[in-house]
Amino acid sequence: MDLENQQRIKDLADKHGAENLVVILGGAEAEASGLACETVTNGDPTFAGPLAGVPLGLACYHVVEPEIKAEIDDQVYDDQISMMEMVLDVDAIVEEVKTYREKYSEYK
Amino acid sequence: MLESKKIAILGDRDGIPGPAIEECLETTGADEVVFTTTECFV
Repeated sequence: MDLENQQRIKDLADKHGAENLVVILGGAEAEASGLACETVTNGDPTFAGPLAGVPLGLACYHVVEPEIKAEIDDQVYDDQISMMEMVLDVDAIVEEVKTYREKYSEYK
Repeated sequence: MLESKKIAILGDRDGIPGPAIEECLETTGADEVVFTTTECFV
């Protein structure tokens, strides 16, 4: 995950409280999405960025996960997401993000 | 679940871009989208 974005997420968690912040991902691949989820929950696994050794424990979901999809207006979801959803490996993405969330998120 | 929460969006140029996710999240009970970006993994 981009080092600049790690700093932004860290600042936002400080400002609003980690319990009030939810990170929503739009990654194309399961591995990259899982890595982003790990970074905002358990800290930067590459130890390169501002979140290295900083386990924020944030709630983190991919936008295609059923928990998030259920809260979005159907028509808007269809217009904005469904085209891409057809070409993404949704099952793999959901599985990967969920694995890290269940392991490290304190506020799921 | 998103009721009264602040939202940070990490979109992906090759997946789902930040603004598309933001439009969706505006239809939920979330309090506010506080950050939106579209990353590029190339």
